[in-house]
Amino acid sequence: MMHLLAMDWGFVVEKMILIISIVSISLVIAMYETYAERKVAAIIQDRRGPNRAGPFGLFQPLADGLKLFMKEEIIPNTSNKMLFVLGPCLAMLTAMMTSAVIPWGDRIHFTLFGQDRYVSLQIADINIGILYIFGVVSMGVYGIMIGGWASNNKFSLLAAMRGASQVISYELPMGLSLIALLMMTGSLKMSVIMGQQLDGWYNVLYQPLGFFIFLVCAFAECNRTPFDLPEAENELNFGYHQEYSSMKLGFYLFAEYINMFISSAVMVTLFWGGYDIPFVNDTELVKNIGYNWMALLQGGTMFIKVALFIFLFMWVRWTIPRFRYDQLMNLGWKGLIPLALLNMVITAAVVLWLKK
Amino acid sequence: MNISEILFYFLSAMALGSAIMVVVSKNAVHSVLWLIITFFAISGHYILMNAQFLGIVNLIVYAGAIMVLFLFVIMLMNLNADTEPKKNRWLKMAGIVAGGCLLLVLVAALKNAEIRGQQAQFNEGNIGLIQNLGEVLFTEYVVPFEISSILFLSAMVGAVVIGKRGD
Amino acid sequence: MVERKPMTWVERLYMWNIMKGMWITFRHIFKKKATISYPEQKRPFSPVFRGLQILNRDEEGRENCTACGLCAVACPAEAITMEGAERKKGEEHLYREEKYAAKYEINMLRCIFCGLCEEACPKDAIYLSETFAPSNYQRKGFIYGKDDLLIPHPKTNPVEYKKALGNRANKPQHEQQ
Repeated sequence: MMHLLAMDWGFVVEKMILIISIVSISLVIAMYETYAERKVAAIIQDRRGPNRAGPFGLFQPLADGLKLFMKEEIIPNTSNKMLFVLGPCLAMLTAMMTSAVIPWGDRIHFTLFGQDRYVSLQIADINIGILYIFGVVSMGVYGIMIGGWASNNKFSLLAAMRGASQVISYELPMGLSLIALLMMTGSLKMSVIMGQQLDGWYNVLYQPLGFFIFLVCAFAECNRTPFDLPEAENELNFGYHQEYSSMKLGFYLFAEYINMFISSAVMVTLFWGGYDIPFVNDTELVKNIGYNWMALLQGGTMFIKVALFIFLFMWVRWTIPRFRYDQLMNLGWKGLIPLALLNMVITAAVVLWLKK
Repeated sequence: MNISEILFYFLSAMALGSAIMVVVSKNAVHSVLWLIITFFAISGHYILMNAQFLGIVNLIVYAGAIMVLFLFVIMLMNLNADTEPKKNRWLKMAGIVAGGCLLLVLVAALKNAEIRGQQAQFNEGNIGLIQNLGEVLFTEYVVPFEISSILFLSAMVGAVVIGKRGD
Repeated sequence: MVERKPMTWVERLYMWNIMKGMWITFRHIFKKKATISYPEQKRPFSPVFRGLQILNRDEEGRENCTACGLCAVACPAEAITMEGAERKKGEEHLYREEKYAAKYEINMLRCIFCGLCEEACPKDAIYLSETFAPSNYQRKGFIYGKDDLLIPHPKTNPVEYKKALGNRANKPQHEQQ
């Protein structure tokens, strides 16, 4: 048992604090995404949006959350109860898990009991960062499938089928577009990919097509418009969460917003330089203002970049109508996959030519 | 007992228990879900052996893609416990005999296997890391690798041909 | 018959059309908001707006209504009922003429706000105000009696009186007819 106690407990505590803070920050961001969604929808449609609860309606998400918690929880009699509850839990879990490998900033420095400690603002810098994201994303479809099946409802089941086939189809071009990126970076570690962009030459400059494919696939993976076929409200009557009520419904909706946040963060990290402050020499700046202020600035930069992407998600949602199912499949298999393969071949050729 | 050992026993128990549940469950959808848990446990084992790439690919390919398709088909077929046909008694007997034979073969094969001298590697050894794996795969094993990819390609072509037959 | 041409290659990429759509929605961000924040900000009423009825008083606060019943006759929805009574000695400050309405009820659930009562009234005793959209928990709350309908007293409560009178009070008499 002594081995257990010999661990670096400071490390464990640091990581726990980091995990808790990142999880709670993503929850808060997801909360305010619902608010932002309504505001963006409103201003695009020449309306005002929620402005009653609190100043500028800022307490609206709290009120919405309270409403969802207070609502009656209905579990259909014919459903499979265990799986019915498991569905939203899985959706939420997989949405939260991806944030573990994203670097949110460089590091924090502080002194504890006379010891200098540097805490990296990335929960786990694992060797296979990108693959981890893929693994978790591919798990995400189970939330939809299990929920849709356990509802024991034709529309839910249809939506679950759609969701599953959509997510599987769009994972392929997503992976292929990333392979081209990985050929350039030569590493699967998020921190390495991030570090290579610190000089201001972001990956999107080298891989515009790859980024575009990734973006489209991210829309599809998050089930956002124009690819929100699993929850198509006018044909499937809200799809897989039709039978859900109360906070279980809230979890599904919340998971979508967290997914949006996380996929924006992934896109920013992989293609748009992550926490790198544009037009600023970061290594020089660190010497002047120290690690902690730097971490704060970097976190802010990251947040702004992510917020821009979230705005893009919403902007697209309130502009473009939903694809038809056959159009979706055509786009995925006949449009994006050949495009991603082409991108991959070109990148491979260029990388080889440059190495010579 | 260090952490790796605790994790090893926990994951083994999880893998065995859920594998048994796969066979025992009456509902086909439950079986698939138990199978997914089994895959998770096995991926955990891979990661314990520092084979991160294998672990995560196991998750992506098996748990994330193949099992989704399984689940897909099973959900569409709407299998319930009641729709399961009654099995012939002779068929059950045949199953028992076949299972017993398999057990005998396994016992005979494992009887002489050297286990004592080999120690499983915990959290060390770099062969499972993605860089080493890639190098080995594309130098030493490049021919089997390409042959297997041709096999997949031909399987895919076959699937397309079967799918096209309708029109 | 809709003609469906096969899409050209550029159209099949969807990109150009998506960009166009995004540009349109983006321009709308900077447009003026069409919303009126209701309780704080109110839309100006049209001069012929017909809201809830009000029973009028003259400048000294005496009720105009004489319970002649012309409004009840004119009402197509038969929403108005009334009972007349004779004015006693000493009630001259309450009622303008010898006869007055002891009971005057309008069923707001039946009322169609056509304004015929206003047109029928010879004494300028009833008119349609600019109040609208009443709410209540029970149906009987919508049967407005005299205490609901009467305009506030111009002497004791001039502010409320002005408010209840609305814009119509400013209009010259001949235009109201």
